[in-house]
Amino acid sequence: MNWLSDNVLAHLCKLDNEPDLSGTRYEMIEKIGQGGMGSVYLVRDRALDRQLALKVLNDVPSGAIVEARLEREARIIARLEHPGIVPVHDAGVLQDGRLYYAMKLVRGKRLDEWVYRATSVPERLQLFEKICDAVAFAHAHGIIHRDLKPQNIMIGPFGEVLVMDWGVAKELGQNQSVSNQSDKNGPLEASQTIQGTVVGTPGYMAPEQARGDSAVDAGSDIYSLGAILYFLLTGQAPAQAEHDPDASMPASTLIPPRRLDRSIPRPLEAICLKALSAEREGRYTEVTEFVADIASFRAGRRVRAHSESLIDAARRFGSKYRAVIALVLAYLLMRILLLIFAGF
Amino acid sequence: MDHDTDLGGPALAFPASRCSVVRAVGNPDPAIRRQAFADLVSAYWKPVYKYIRVKWSTTNDDAKDFTQAFFAHALEKDIFAPFDPARARFRTFLRSCVDGFVANAIRDSSRLKRGGGSEVLPLDFDAADAELRVQALAGRTDLDDFFRQEWVRSLFCGALDDLKQQCATAGKKMHFEIFLRYDIEGPETVPPPTYEQLAREFGLPVSQVTNYLAFARRQFRQVVLERLHGSTGSEEEFLEESGRLFGGVKP
Repeated sequence: MNWLSDNVLAHLCKLDNEPDLSGTRYEMIEKIGQGGMGSVYLVRDRALDRQLALKVLNDVPSGAIVEARLEREARIIARLEHPGIVPVHDAGVLQDGRLYYAMKLVRGKRLDEWVYRATSVPERLQLFEKICDAVAFAHAHGIIHRDLKPQNIMIGPFGEVLVMDWGVAKELGQNQSVSNQSDKNGPLEASQTIQGTVVGTPGYMAPEQARGDSAVDAGSDIYSLGAILYFLLTGQAPAQAEHDPDASMPASTLIPPRRLDRSIPRPLEAICLKALSAEREGRYTEVTEFVADIASFRAGRRVRAHSESLIDAARRFGSKYRAVIALVLAYLLMRILLLIFAGF
Repeated sequence: MDHDTDLGGPALAFPASRCSVVRAVGNPDPAIRRQAFADLVSAYWKPVYKYIRVKWSTTNDDAKDFTQAFFAHALEKDIFAPFDPARARFRTFLRSCVDGFVANAIRDSSRLKRGGGSEVLPLDFDAADAELRVQALAGRTDLDDFFRQEWVRSLFCGALDDLKQQCATAGKKMHFEIFLRYDIEGPETVPPPTYEQLAREFGLPVSQVTNYLAFARRQFRQVVLERLHGSTGSEEEFLEESGRLFGGVKP
């Protein structure tokens, strides 16, 4: 062969990296995403004539560890049957030796691409509760996510929420609670894992996770959820520093949400900051407790994270019973007016 | 039973991994050294020739002479011996050797006559010239990029020749033909052929076209990596180049 054009060379480089789907029931349509561990392709399931997302491992030299991760991710997701967690339909090994798993094709936007200002605070909180529900479900099954961030959350066209990318999730022992740091994942699952890197994403990662402590548990997910709430309230991550464990946002260096947006209610800010507490003990102990505080806020009840003053309590009372108070005031005003006119 | 419907089909018997010809050119055994040198010339002569034409704006006759003389000089003086993989890629090292050689030759006004005292290598310069004529060279300012692209082109062309030969030997000509139609001619065809069209053309079910293509692609990749391994200076360079070529795919 004497001549290959630049166009053909580019094509050959690209096709070589495409997964080999021969012998499977899937037909390649296009690549739709790329992550640290693998790439995601839009494929057609010939047997059932439907489109799926196929996550395929990037064939890299550190394959053994990464393959274990992908396998485990598929296994973990398969265990978590919840509307907020994308279901896995199939897993296996491709002809080219790469591991894959087929999952439901999620159409929608990532939370970080979602225009948060287009919705009201109550709507954003409703969405946040759905994220928390999925995470709480996983925790109840002994699994912590460890990389919760807006990029790993998909919002469907009907407002459905899906928590994605369980590749660095930690699977706890059967009789262990999520706050117990022992796990059954072996050396792979220490917080300092693949090639000495820290699991998680700066800005959304709990300080203990950033330090590479082995004591990573549900509290770390609660911190990340707090960071997501911060994002939902302000449109930005709590800290956007480069990856630097020492600078990874102890609470004292956090800019409180109200400093970025004065319209954020104080109790909501307090909830957010409690979840983002640098010390594990300062945070909510469980996601359900966190969600309960959010629900209290939405219902106009007192929240645990906020010790309110008399004025705050009056304001909350006023806000909660606005209609009743207005009616009573209108009634009283009418009576006064009647008395005045009766005097004449 | 048609083995190609099995998972992956039977693998072709490919030669064992080539050792780096770059390292082998320094081998004390003259036979090994000569073979390694021939492989190295085969991988690099065309990029070198085109590079001289573009970088030094020479006539094709001068570029031919320089290319021939450069490789003859390299063999005679063992100029690749000082190559240190820790300091640079072999490709970069080679290019700097070419630049030094051509600069000296021009400075000394000692235009080297083709075949003048040295062995003339059987290189198809006419083909290289024909390629240069159809290549869009305007606006090429990054000569390192240009040299690399020509090297990749040379690597892939050689790999395609190897694949053709090996498929023929293994009785898998149709696999190669389908690969040629879909992945080599396809990107240049408007509209590109579909699996269905190829299935009709070759009288196969669509699933077989998928399997044949997958087989040929797998073997093509293997041949490219074999050649790449041969023409890089170290394992690190090989891994880096293979990652750059195939987006992080494990060799």
